[in-house]
Amino acid sequence: MNRSKRRTGRRHPLATVALLALGLVFTGGAYAAVSTGTAQAEAEPTSQETIEQGSKLFQANCATCHGLEAQGTGTGPSLIGVGAAAVDFQVGTGRMPMQMQGPQAPQKPPQFTDEQVKQLAYYVASLGPGPDIPADSLVNGGGDAANGAELFRVNCAMCHNVAGAGGALTEGKYAPPLTDVSGVHIYEAMVTGPQNMPVFNDLNISPEDKRDIITYLQYVQDNRSPGGFELGSLGPVAEGLFIWIFGLGAIVAITVWITAKSN
Amino acid sequence: MAQDDHSGAELVAADSSHAAPEFAGSRGTVVVPYDAFENPGFEPHRPRVTDEDPEREKRAQRTVYTLFYLSILGSVWAIAAYILFPMEGNDVGDVRLNNMFVGLGATLALLGLGFGAVHWGKSLMTSAESIDTRHPIGSTETTKQGAVEVFRQADEESGFSRRSVIRNSLIGALLVFPLPAVVLFRGLAPQDEHPVELLSHTMWKQGTRLALDPSGIPIKASDVTIGSAFHVIPEGLNELGHGRLEEKAKAAVLLMRLNPDELNEAADRASWSYDGIVAYSKICTHVGCPVALYEQHTHHLLCPCHQSQFDVANHCEVIFGPAARALPQLPIAIDDEGYLIAQSDFTEPVGPSFWERH
Amino acid sequence: MSTTSTQAPAPAKRSFTAGAADYLNDRTGIAVAIKGLGRKAFPDHWSFLLGEVALFSFIVILVTGTFLTFFFQASMAEVEYDGSYVPLKGVEMSVAMASTLDISFDIRGGLFVRQMHHWAALLFIAAIGLHMLRVFFTGAFRKPREINWVFGFVLFILAMGEGFTGYSLPDDLLSGNGLRIIDGMVKGMPIIGTWTSFLLFGGEFPGTAIVGRLYTLHILLLPLILLALIAVHVGYVFIHKHTQFAGPGREVTNSVGPPILPIYAAKAGGFMFIVWGVIALIAALFTINPIWNYGPYDPSPVSAGTQPDWYIGFADGALRLIPPGWEFVLFDRTWSFNILVPLIGLGLFILVVLSYPFIEAFVTGDKREHHIADRPRNAPTRTAIGAAGVTFYAGLWAAAASDILATHFMLTMEGVIHALQATVIIGPFIAYFISL
Repeated sequence: MNRSKRRTGRRHPLATVALLALGLVFTGGAYAAVSTGTAQAEAEPTSQETIEQGSKLFQANCATCHGLEAQGTGTGPSLIGVGAAAVDFQVGTGRMPMQMQGPQAPQKPPQFTDEQVKQLAYYVASLGPGPDIPADSLVNGGGDAANGAELFRVNCAMCHNVAGAGGALTEGKYAPPLTDVSGVHIYEAMVTGPQNMPVFNDLNISPEDKRDIITYLQYVQDNRSPGGFELGSLGPVAEGLFIWIFGLGAIVAITVWITAKSN
Repeated sequence: MAQDDHSGAELVAADSSHAAPEFAGSRGTVVVPYDAFENPGFEPHRPRVTDEDPEREKRAQRTVYTLFYLSILGSVWAIAAYILFPMEGNDVGDVRLNNMFVGLGATLALLGLGFGAVHWGKSLMTSAESIDTRHPIGSTETTKQGAVEVFRQADEESGFSRRSVIRNSLIGALLVFPLPAVVLFRGLAPQDEHPVELLSHTMWKQGTRLALDPSGIPIKASDVTIGSAFHVIPEGLNELGHGRLEEKAKAAVLLMRLNPDELNEAADRASWSYDGIVAYSKICTHVGCPVALYEQHTHHLLCPCHQSQFDVANHCEVIFGPAARALPQLPIAIDDEGYLIAQSDFTEPVGPSFWERH
Repeated sequence: MSTTSTQAPAPAKRSFTAGAADYLNDRTGIAVAIKGLGRKAFPDHWSFLLGEVALFSFIVILVTGTFLTFFFQASMAEVEYDGSYVPLKGVEMSVAMASTLDISFDIRGGLFVRQMHHWAALLFIAAIGLHMLRVFFTGAFRKPREINWVFGFVLFILAMGEGFTGYSLPDDLLSGNGLRIIDGMVKGMPIIGTWTSFLLFGGEFPGTAIVGRLYTLHILLLPLILLALIAVHVGYVFIHKHTQFAGPGREVTNSVGPPILPIYAAKAGGFMFIVWGVIALIAALFTINPIWNYGPYDPSPVSAGTQPDWYIGFADGALRLIPPGWEFVLFDRTWSFNILVPLIGLGLFILVVLSYPFIEAFVTGDKREHHIADRPRNAPTRTAIGAAGVTFYAGLWAAAASDILATHFMLTMEGVIHALQATVIIGPFIAYFISL
């Protein structure tokens, strides 16, 4: 503007436009700066953006127990080297952040969106090399269910039960049921060994074998038992309870009816 | 209500002052000849609604035959379901449907018959009761004497009680003759095996590689990372022509890696592990189930059958449950290619205890 | 309606039924039985029908079992599975397991019959148990029925044996581990244990003989003895006449109830079909013993939640309740008290129950005949003893499910086992004094 030239007070015709444009740039830029990256469709493992977001989430939600640099404290172990897979599993199934101390961290509704889970995962992965989130081809089934079933029986059934119904461990701990778990989480649990579950690295159970195990579990999830209701797949205990309470119970009720005086 | 003219059901007076005389002399410490209070007699017969109301009677009749017709329907349905629900492919769902519909048809057939018959009895058949007389179970004196007489005569004619040598040798022969048959059942056991010898040794020998169960692929020490649990069989087990399961039932092993400072090793067993990698028999020392549950952080091994617990950090000694002995340890080392091998067989018998074990 | 003619040369019109009856009677003399038994009275209380539940379940077991024998093959020869169940395709297993899978997946109605057979077996033994409790608490085992109590209890034990041998036939992972446990227990017996284990299994465990041998026991020896004892047991009820509860008009000298023909036949016959129908309904809708999940027996894998069928639970529970370390090496021999104590303890328990009528008769000095059933509250000492016994049994039974109790009620398994150890020792005394 040329102050010396005019003193009429009339604004430049483009002033409004310029002001609006400035305003938009200002608010849009501020929004973009503050938002959690909605501009991206998926978190990129190596993207600085992702890792920074993950770091922020970590400081706010995890550092209290796991330390500011994830080096571990008295209340939470070090996460350096656990890999993206461990975080994706623990946070994705809601086990972490842990609400309260107990024999183990139970599964609960996840506290973060998928996006945020990935950001946390890649942040922790950036701290030290560890198992990565498995590729889709390994977790979507399509493997050999028979081989998977045999491996499951040898390596998994003693804790999780042959049908994945879950089982007891010592001192109040338990191996949870697998009937409602996604393929990716099963893979990650196998490869990272959460809590007291052993680690099944790829030299023990190869990636193809893991795919076979997931294929088998998906078969069990997708196919109801041919005999009818499964009674929780808990075996003779459930069957015995059922026959006493419902079988014999119904029959005793009928005996009372049969021998009652007719009206 | 008493029925007339039916043998087997005799009228009994509702007057309690007669106790049945046959009971008076029964052998017992006390016979109470009189009841503490008067027998009030039978309750008056109470007619049912179907006895009095012909409409209800007709309705009951209809219910009964409807139930029987439903039963027929059920049988027909079961046969139809057999045809209509084939199980041709690999679809487990087909089996589920077949099982359910054939089963429900059978259920209807049976329950229809059952409820129909009971309803007929309860609502339409005469509801009067029958009365039988009880007699003491032991026979009358005459019958007993007759039996005694029979035996006495038989004894007299045979001389059974007189001829003691005949009698005793007969009893001896009768007692002894089944014994060869019993001895024949020894054939159930193998003729040429020595149980204690077999139970005391397994397939493991010096240099046998540890292999994955069930594939049989040998394992390198570097494969076993901290927190791992490998299920192990001796290399060569899968190639056995016969006796595979019998050998596996003794040779199954669990391989785990702990941080060496967490491992408390006895001085004479320090060389049995390799860099924190330890191998223990998987066969529970209680009654033989696989002790397969490994808790990575607590280092506990749990047997799912009777909940015996073993502490891997302390040479698998028993910390809970009915087991009495620690799991036997397999001494391991590595060969020149880095594969894990056994140094020798177990130094004690694996699995459940047996009498001769010392 | 039939018309009976008593004159020998029959005048013109006779109904078909009459003719047939005459024909039969001329050759068997059956009229005597009809006349004597046809209007027999049957005391009518609902708890008197429990023995019938057992009998009717047994008939189901016999019929369905016969069907199964046409398809099951009791061989432990190894074969590669080639049937319809995808997750077991190509897996090596015994012929016994493969044939059971074929019955389940490849024979129409096969799974239904298999499930009927197994559910009926569970119901059979449960009904015997409940029936036995009824007989106990009403004192119906007293003279003259002591021998019948003994036979009935032997039937109970044999039925448990039938069940155990039966579910071990498919050679699956669950029952195979059960056999492993039995073998471990046998080995723990002094002097004869090692040798007996080799006798039973034809050598080292698992061997290739056991399924065939259990099959012989299961379909031949045990059913024969069971049938004979059932005939004797029911025969005794006819001879002694059933007990009855005290009531108006009912005395020790009579037996009051609806006559066999027609009303009792209708009710009991109908009840038979109802029991069969209930078993069919359960078999149609509820899975039992899904061997396809367990896979073939192998000494290496095991499933969480490994329990025997419910009626063996008290024995498994007894094993679980023994504290650690009950084994000693003395005089160069191993003494496994962790196995001997349950064996001897349960053996004594069984002996006491078996001979209870004689114990009670000895203690009370009562030598009279008894035909009136006691109301449990009128026999307080016996009822209290029964309560103590039931508590003991229930504690052992619950212990067999210790791991499942822990996961489902969010307890520690150690806590569950300690609580049940206390229940089994102190519980019976508490129950006794509460019931008195």
